[in-house]
Amino acid sequence: MKILVAIKRVQDYNIKVQPKSDGSDVDMEGVKMGVNPFDENAIEEAIRLKEKGVASEIVGVSIGSSLNQDVLRQGLAMGVDKAILVETDKVLQPLAIAKLLKKVVEKEKPDLILLGKLALDSDAGQTGQMLAGLLNCSQGTFASSIEIKDSEVFITREIDGGTESIVTKLPVVLTADLRLNEPRFVKLPNLMMARKKSIETIKADDLGVDISSKLKTISVSEPPPRKEGIKVKDIKELLQKLNDIEGIKI
Amino acid sequence: MILAEHDGKKLNDVVFNAIGAAEIWGGSIDLLIIGKGIDELVNQASKIDSVDKIIKFDAPHLEHLLAEDAANIISEIGQDYRVILAPHTWFSRNILPRVAALLDVSMISDVLKINGDNTYIRSTYAGNVHATLKSDEPIQVLTVHSSKFKAVGLNGNALIVDSKAPEPLNLSRWEKERKIESDRPPLINAKVVISGGRSLGSAKKFNEVLAPLADKLEAAIGATRAAVDAGYAPNEIQVGQTGVVVAPELYIAIGVSGANQHIYGMKDSRVVVAINNDPDATIFQFADYGLVADLFEAVPEMATLVSKT
Repeated sequence: MKILVAIKRVQDYNIKVQPKSDGSDVDMEGVKMGVNPFDENAIEEAIRLKEKGVASEIVGVSIGSSLNQDVLRQGLAMGVDKAILVETDKVLQPLAIAKLLKKVVEKEKPDLILLGKLALDSDAGQTGQMLAGLLNCSQGTFASSIEIKDSEVFITREIDGGTESIVTKLPVVLTADLRLNEPRFVKLPNLMMARKKSIETIKADDLGVDISSKLKTISVSEPPPRKEGIKVKDIKELLQKLNDIEGIKI
Repeated sequence: MILAEHDGKKLNDVVFNAIGAAEIWGGSIDLLIIGKGIDELVNQASKIDSVDKIIKFDAPHLEHLLAEDAANIISEIGQDYRVILAPHTWFSRNILPRVAALLDVSMISDVLKINGDNTYIRSTYAGNVHATLKSDEPIQVLTVHSSKFKAVGLNGNALIVDSKAPEPLNLSRWEKERKIESDRPPLINAKVVISGGRSLGSAKKFNEVLAPLADKLEAAIGATRAAVDAGYAPNEIQVGQTGVVVAPELYIAIGVSGANQHIYGMKDSRVVVAINNDPDATIFQFADYGLVADLFEAVPEMATLVSKT
């Protein structure tokens, strides 16, 4: 079985990204970047499936500028076998990413496609479902457990107020929740070795996909500030303030 | 068109907010209800304000709705609509992106504000940035942040249109569901949420300290990721980017430090109260009312003093 894992390069989860002063875009100057955390879970799951003998090959793919080589190398260091960079300097919406990934799927013919359930930057959580739609194949989103038996995929997935279990056919697009696994730490020698591996680069423009978007970001700004809170001295004062100021009668 | 979610008996409350959001376009509104044996539910739904038509798909294979079958139905009938909208929940997040791809249009997730000219505000970068977007797509597909939109009432009279469901695609099948059993309101739409952090020290204390207050306030209980990881609380009640995102009237954070990922899950609450013995805890920056105190004394005192039963 072959697995394709999509890897997005995003800001570090500890970093507070701010808008540029002219509001045209976010200020990513000098911001620490890395693999989207949910994509790390996707990579980890692919590697575990290979370790269990279920999968035979893992292909990692990232879409973006040449800077994305670093997240692909991170994937290679974790245990991805082959890396593909779909190179473009354009800012892409999830639909365009899904269309490009579809082309990669048609070329690589994986049985299982793993993505993170959302990316920390855009927080849209659309790409996996869109890709499954474009491929007309099964989908298993927000997965916290994945098992493969007799060409069927058993998935535990998050729903409102609990979890549900579904079984899908192959090929399937799966999106990973943080609960799926605990991604391994990359050892330095592995990272050094990953630096030497080659990355297959495909120009996005050569894939014959319309990646223009009718959805555009006009401006960005800081969210309206939360009004400053006050400290109360005890529970009595707290309840009184909630009642008098907020109209919460408890 | 609005995609309704329900448990077979009752619509999810957030559907009413989604209808409130759809009113902004000023056009006619249809509510799509898909399920099995949903006559009673559809009858109730026909009384919702502002809804012109209920489009009903009732078939045995639609009881536990799979994304593949749902998207198949919605993308088919959706071509005749200008807007396809749903509350931003795990249910719609699973289905609508697939619908958008089948319709070959972009989608806008978790919209905070809708302006009339297909311009939207949504939050990105873990809530640190608000982006204004404009969509020139022929069909606007979006999910809305329910708490930012006013819920509609029940004084309407919608027409019910029975539609024939397409055959199942059989790409997936449903096995089982596990909902958290609780006498308390569900976390996602509780009016009051009490969350506990790792400072509670054990699963036993987590329950002993929080339950009496939650009982009195008819509140849902939540937990931080740290408390879940420490085994004090089940994962289903985790509040945060990796758990449930809540926006109650009153959020009470008890022994919560205020990690980024937790803040993400509760920052839209109307009033936030934090009780923590560390005066420098980050949570106080996000609290309207902070009390620096030993939670093991303050919380039982609060449970005694609140009058609601």
